[in-house]
Amino acid sequence: MVLTLEDREWFEREVVSALPELYGTARRLVKNAADAEDLAAEAVAKAWSRIDSLREHSCFHGWLFRILMNTYLSGRRKRTVQPTFESLEADDKESESFSVFARLHQPFLLWWGNPEREFLDRLLREDLERAVDGLPEAFRVVVVMADVQGMSYQEIADAVGAPIGTVRSRLARGRSLLQKALWKHGLDAGLVHSDRTGTTGP
Amino acid sequence: MTDSDDMTCEEALRLLAEYIDGELEDATRGDVQRHLDACRGCYSRAEFERRLKTQLVAIGTAAVRPQLEERVRALIGQFTVATRPPNDHE
Repeated sequence: MVLTLEDREWFEREVVSALPELYGTARRLVKNAADAEDLAAEAVAKAWSRIDSLREHSCFHGWLFRILMNTYLSGRRKRTVQPTFESLEADDKESESFSVFARLHQPFLLWWGNPEREFLDRLLREDLERAVDGLPEAFRVVVVMADVQGMSYQEIADAVGAPIGTVRSRLARGRSLLQKALWKHGLDAGLVHSDRTGTTGP
Repeated sequence: MTDSDDMTCEEALRLLAEYIDGELEDATRGDVQRHLDACRGCYSRAEFERRLKTQLVAIGTAAVRPQLEERVRALIGQFTVATRPPNDHE
């Protein structure tokens, strides 16, 4: 494939336009801003080297973010030996179905109040960032791919090299852990009324 | 929570994440949708989960330092291109 100056200018426009998302997503994957910038730049370089795999210009965004995730995952595999998806399946079963909604929902208040909506209203961006950043890596990766980037289960499975069923269960566990972290933060920061703290729902 | 015997609340909640993620086949998706239309509790749960997911999308975007944009532009400027562009760049 012969790449022209025009191709490169188009690529630059698209990358710069996507940069806040590219960096923002990278920032959720690695621990500090400098590493996130390195990851974003590395993904841009890989994207250009694989430009012939981009079938349509309209697919650029999803294609670029898949490359970002693959760049992160391949770098992680090189750096350290991580627990496999399978070996993490047995961990922390109690966190499988934690639900902030179940803790807060009060059916008898349907017409007079909505504690769960108020809870979300009070959450700040940094509360969500901290909760995501605090997830164990194997969970954080799938939550970022599904919820932050909107990737399909199949795309996630392809990226992490795991069966789709594993992705589904890992995502459920990751989201549950995320809600548990948000709930704990809500208690600590006084976002939850004290009369809800004793609830023991799922 | 609902009189409908098509799908129980337990089944609907088990499928809720996949429903919100757009991962269900049309028939199952329709079953969940009908349950949510008829069940206020499950509908409220779905709204909560949808909204949390929307708030999570927002944290995937962050302010970029000018130095990063400069770095990326400089990087792209080093990428090799043909000296004479053909008519069709596809």
